Amino acid sequence: MAIELKMPALSPTMEEGTLAKWLVKTGDEVKSGDIIAEIETDKATMEFEAIDEGVIGEILVAEGTEGVKVGTVIATIKGDDDAAPVAAPAAAPAVEQKAAESVAPAGLDPKAKAAAAIAPKTDAKPAADPELPAGTTMVPTTVREALRDAMAEEMRADDRVFVMGEEVAEYQGAYKVTQGLLEEFGPRRVIDTPITEYGFAGIGAGAAMGGLRPVIEFMTFNFAMQAIDHIINSAAKTNYMSGGQMRCPIVFRGPNGAASRVGAQHSQNYGPWYASVPGVVVIAPYDSADAKGLLRAAIRSEDPVVFLENELVYGRTFDVPAIDDFVLPIGKARIVRPGKDVTIVSYSIGVGFALEAAETLAAEGIDAEVIDLRTLRPLDKATVLASLAKTNRMVVAEEGFPVCSIASEIIAICMEEGFDHLDAPVLRVCNEDVPLPYAANLEKLALINSAKVAAAVRQVCYR
Amino acid sequence: MAKSARPSTATPAASTAAKPAPKSRAPRAAKPEAEPTIASSLADEAAFALRSLQQAHANNKRYDASDEELLKFYEQMVLIRRFEEKAGQLYGLGLIGGFCHLYIGQEAVAVGLQSALTEGHDSVITGYRDHGHMLAYGIDPKLIMAELTGRGAGISRGKGGSMHMFSTEHKFYGGHGIVGAQVPLGAGLAFAHKYRGDGGVCMAYFGDGAANQGQVYETFNMAALWNLPIIFVVENNGYAMGTAVKRGSAETHFYRRGTAFRIPGMDVNGMDVLEVRQAAEVALEYVRAGNGPVLMELKTYRYRGHSMSDPAKYRSREEVQDMRDNHDPIEAAKAELLKRGVAEEKIKEIDKRIRQTVAEAADFAETSPEPNEAELYTDVLVETY
Repeated sequence: MAIELKMPALSPTMEEGTLAKWLVKTGDEVKSGDIIAEIETDKATMEFEAIDEGVIGEILVAEGTEGVKVGTVIATIKGDDDAAPVAAPAAAPAVEQKAAESVAPAGLDPKAKAAAAIAPKTDAKPAADPELPAGTTMVPTTVREALRDAMAEEMRADDRVFVMGEEVAEYQGAYKVTQGLLEEFGPRRVIDTPITEYGFAGIGAGAAMGGLRPVIEFMTFNFAMQAIDHIINSAAKTNYMSGGQMRCPIVFRGPNGAASRVGAQHSQNYGPWYASVPGVVVIAPYDSADAKGLLRAAIRSEDPVVFLENELVYGRTFDVPAIDDFVLPIGKARIVRPGKDVTIVSYSIGVGFALEAAETLAAEGIDAEVIDLRTLRPLDKATVLASLAKTNRMVVAEEGFPVCSIASEIIAICMEEGFDHLDAPVLRVCNEDVPLPYAANLEKLALINSAKVAAAVRQVCYR
Repeated sequence: MAKSARPSTATPAASTAAKPAPKSRAPRAAKPEAEPTIASSLADEAAFALRSLQQAHANNKRYDASDEELLKFYEQMVLIRRFEEKAGQLYGLGLIGGFCHLYIGQEAVAVGLQSALTEGHDSVITGYRDHGHMLAYGIDPKLIMAELTGRGAGISRGKGGSMHMFSTEHKFYGGHGIVGAQVPLGAGLAFAHKYRGDGGVCMAYFGDGAANQGQVYETFNMAALWNLPIIFVVENNGYAMGTAVKRGSAETHFYRRGTAFRIPGMDVNGMDVLEVRQAAEVALEYVRAGNGPVLMELKTYRYRGHSMSDPAKYRSREEVQDMRDNHDPIEAAKAELLKRGVAEEKIKEIDKRIRQTVAEAADFAETSPEPNEAELYTDVLVETY
């Protein structure tokens, strides 16, 4: 039985080509790998190799022919029954037919409607914060200590958990977040790295793929720009690309956002960057209890987590419940101040400004509800929309650039899913849209503060 | 001559005495004074035995395979060759889309190296040219081919494609599309082996192109610093996409590139499966003994283009034909089998069986259905929040 040689597709986009030159003629013996023709595509001249062994039968398309459609039979090979048993020749025509059936419709169908029809239900409710038993002792704790305690408690519970980063061990942490960990857990589990973010982010991701639970500290998230390839391409995408087979349970953590007078390269909020990518969880807590409860949840999660802290908040003290297994749910926003007139949505250090603004506004007779998103991805839309339905007015306060921000996302959600509840446009209060300047006066002008938040609230309340 | 930063130790013998000798047997086979062409007069270099493994390899180049072992290697190489040819064919028919990088010509590397590993115990990680490494680790060709055609039965449920395949069961960790990323990831796998103390080794493959990525050197530094059980394998096939090695690399001897990190290098002929296997033995002995990483350079050649849409105008047809005619690893193994007196029938039997296996894989890949549309939304995150 003759084997048909068909015009091959030589690039992802090729539909037809020119049969530039035949390098064989009828009667020539060919074996797999021999180059039998040259084919010009729109991009280049390509060599066409034989796959099967045999003798060239007929040449059906003369050299120099232009516009030969992919799949056209261009020649035949007389099969060598001895060398090429049943399967090879039999398979080829069948393959071609199936290709026409299955590939073409898939390529043409925009699938938009189909996608909407099969989209997963989004009504899954994140678990609520655990109820604290009556009489739970609250311990004033700095955010810095809360984070350290979270890591220490998870390390005690699970030997797979280790901490790696620059100056995390002997120096006790550049911002003292890992203070005391080396002493308790030793150098096997608290590991100083050289200054090589790309490398150790990759090593951490690989260790997670290999079954460990790394906590990778970046001295600041500004330096994680060197490592973002591993956070996104290696950690975030592997589970999906492997069809759920290969996980990457890792936490990338460190301070994020503007510090104080450190200039443009050391002052940026990467929340919107990471939150834009499916496959990662992004957490940005404000107070000590959330920092502790959510970092523990992050370390326990089977998913890669970007955990964004804030240097200016590390030293602030908040109450943390003194209970053994204090873990908070990922993906759940928290109403930190209930109110009825307007909603201020924020996260991280912005929550502090929002609460300050709410106090100011209360004195003016505006009762503001403040929502701390806590998790930026997956975003707790339900809490935001429920609050909007109650107050009908919203301001988003975010310490970060305004363009393509979390604020932008919240506003889009309100437009798409909360439009009927809006009595005023949602406003965003962000940093100015400039790299952060060094000079004290300019820096102050560039950053968000509670007065700017309060002003925006008055505006949406038409006051 | 550059001065060593260490206290002056005039002779290699003295410096060896000053530093505890490595535990592995491999370096012992490599007394610097044994081979003046390789031994350096730098005392420091002698002390860290940079070239000891290369010397050990030079002393005994080829693996002493039984007929059965060589037949097995032959079979695995033929499987990769026929599988890749079929993949190329299916690509031409439009059944495989996107990027598809074939391993044809490089078969001896994956087969020679991985035959020395323990499947399911030692980890393997590579870049996007990954079909060969998977087949060499015993992963079912049907699942690989079905992934290439984007079917639900593919090893990544059709969501990875040619470049993104994994089998945690076999400890094959992908399948990575960002050039060089697999190197630190591999070091992470090695870190996990060491952390758990399970005795496993990671083999991390990358190409001569990836060898110029910065993260590779960040990784060399940490792997050497922490004595990670990893073998870095540079598959030097001569071309980083269309750029010949000498046009893209200041140091074209990649096995020397660990020098700055005190990682011993090995220069290996990647077109001879028995040489590759023997080199793997030397490297593994060193790494398993807790001496830290090894950097191997495997000189090899890809017959096909970088990917399917590569017109390959950066090299001559004669160059490719010369490699096919005179250096083909499969033909060489076949000739050796015949020379040993292995019956030709036995070889033909293998060829026939492999053709059948590949035809079945292609048939499976073509007839099994595309992924269920609901799969679009699965596996983004593991947990529900």
